[in-house]
Amino acid sequence: MLLVEAIILSVLAASTPLLLAATGELVTERAGVLNLGVEGMMIVGAACGFAGAWVSGSIIVGALCGIVAGMLTSLIFAFMTLGLAVNQVATGLALTILGIGLSGLIGARFVGERITTAPKLSIPGLTDIPLVGRILFGEDAFVYLSLALIIGVWWFLYRTRAGLVLRACGDNHVSAHALGYPVLRIRMLAVLFGGACAGLAGAYLPLAYTPFFIPGMTAGRGWIALALVVFASWRPGRLVIGAYLFGAVTILQLHAQGAGVGIPSQFMSALPYLATVIVLVLLSRARTGGSTAPAALGTVFVPDR
Amino acid sequence: MMKRLLGAAAALVLAGSIAGVAHAADKLKVGFIYLGPIGDLGWTYQHELGRQALVKELGDKIETTYLENVPEGPDSERAIEQLVRAGNKLIFTTSFGYMDPTLKVAKKYPNVHFEHATGYKRDKNMSTYSGRWYQGRYIQGQIAAKMSKAGVLGYIGSFPIPEVVSGINATMLGAQSINPNIKVKIIWVNTWFDPGKEADAAKALLDQGADIIMQHTDSPAAMQVAAERGKLAFGQDSEMIKFGPKAQLTSILDTWGPYYIARVKAELDGTWKSEDTWGGLDSKMFEMAPYTNMPDDVKKMAEETQAAITSGKLHPFKCPIVAQDGKEVECKGGDHLADGQILGMNFYVKGVDDKLPGK
Repeated sequence: MLLVEAIILSVLAASTPLLLAATGELVTERAGVLNLGVEGMMIVGAACGFAGAWVSGSIIVGALCGIVAGMLTSLIFAFMTLGLAVNQVATGLALTILGIGLSGLIGARFVGERITTAPKLSIPGLTDIPLVGRILFGEDAFVYLSLALIIGVWWFLYRTRAGLVLRACGDNHVSAHALGYPVLRIRMLAVLFGGACAGLAGAYLPLAYTPFFIPGMTAGRGWIALALVVFASWRPGRLVIGAYLFGAVTILQLHAQGAGVGIPSQFMSALPYLATVIVLVLLSRARTGGSTAPAALGTVFVPDR
Repeated sequence: MMKRLLGAAAALVLAGSIAGVAHAADKLKVGFIYLGPIGDLGWTYQHELGRQALVKELGDKIETTYLENVPEGPDSERAIEQLVRAGNKLIFTTSFGYMDPTLKVAKKYPNVHFEHATGYKRDKNMSTYSGRWYQGRYIQGQIAAKMSKAGVLGYIGSFPIPEVVSGINATMLGAQSINPNIKVKIIWVNTWFDPGKEADAAKALLDQGADIIMQHTDSPAAMQVAAERGKLAFGQDSEMIKFGPKAQLTSILDTWGPYYIARVKAELDGTWKSEDTWGGLDSKMFEMAPYTNMPDDVKKMAEETQAAITSGKLHPFKCPIVAQDGKEVECKGGDHLADGQILGMNFYVKGVDDKLPGK
């Protein structure tokens, strides 16, 4: 295997959890809900995903457990912020703290256990193509699923009526409500979708990335996913660029260190953040002249009857 | 938005959790501050094993409490003070970053005794304790040089602090004693714990031609990557053979139990006094995991080196030590480097190609 190929494969693996979690958060925020609990939902997804896979011996069951766990966690958030109209920022932070504690509790039994990682795809003929075969057809299914998901989200948001309604809820919930759309129900579905994606992203870590569970193993990836959504100015296309750029610079700086280029490692470690922020800010400046946050993002909506 | 994220980070810092509550009033109360969760399978887990050993030995005379997930830095001061207020008379703070907060609380409460791991600041009521892990690293260096076919070692560093740098140097001195031309590739991940990043670093090192992975970070991710690729690796802090049954050569096991028992006994006897303990293989402050996945002759060599270091016949930093720039390092400890030179090590030995960050 060529070094370039090896690097690209590592980049795919490193970017996938970020892309998955950020995709969910993008939809949630497009509906006008700011859920800062991504890290919490991810780590619960990681614990339950590992537990499911360990008990059943199946990666698919594990992934489903992660998704359901993420959704259940986000349901708490939906109940608080949509049902009781509690402040979204505070609830999201609380959700993260709760998630970290909860995952430790769920996962305690499984610390030190091992599972076999998700199998790499192998399509006869295609996977064997030199150079691109392993990259396009030879990684685990999560990698391609995450890309299919973001394409699906793009199509949904910009090419379907339901997507338009969802964006309308995010931009002006009063108008959407006046037009007769069930704002709270739409937002709840968006929050649940965000939870499912975060849960899957979390489950990806113990199922495909590092096949064991340790408390705190998400190590801040949920926060990076949150930031990616903002810097991608809530656009699916830029989100893909941002997630892969972040993953690429993370892996490349490790390789640069191993090759001994002599740049301080502290700077190298900061580079992924720096590069991603700069590129995405430049992108959004060039095309639209500023960020385009959903206008009603983070504001509470209580329908007046 | 960024403000919100910063606020979020700040809130998380406060999320240390309390566990284990003391009840009996006449028993000696002993408190512990942990950096990570007790299930981290690494640094904190080993301290927790030490506490459990302590409870097993002296459980009828003492009452222990621990706080886990306490972030390093000024915030830890509150956690330490919380233990004082709860009536703990002997408090172990188990990570380097608790040094200044521990000292501050120690000055405020002269009647409470403190024990700080891996630091260098002491007071009348504050001791320090640490392990001479570089001894184990020297043995690992020798094994690595014997076992590497490529002659290239891959080293995952956390932060470029003296403890980690002296570990790299001891590894290289050990390796050079077997193969003078051995090479080492170093990647700093700038974190103690991020399984994903540690795995990525291990992959990068293997992709670049290293065939033995050594780590100074806390998760078993690197071990698992080596196992997956059919390469060899050394564990860190705790037993990691489960993650690489065919990969782990050995591991440095932090065994704090004997020290904790000795110090609590001293406290019970009223003989506790401020000390600076830097225990090596001879004092059982750490142990080597069984030598596995290597031929008998390499195993024999490792055991002989371990015996020589334990008896004091061999010192990993035996003079002359030549630094990276070719200059000989001043020898302040007789025929080997003085403890102070090892504790403050901020240079690479000759043969390390990497540039020390910040130099």
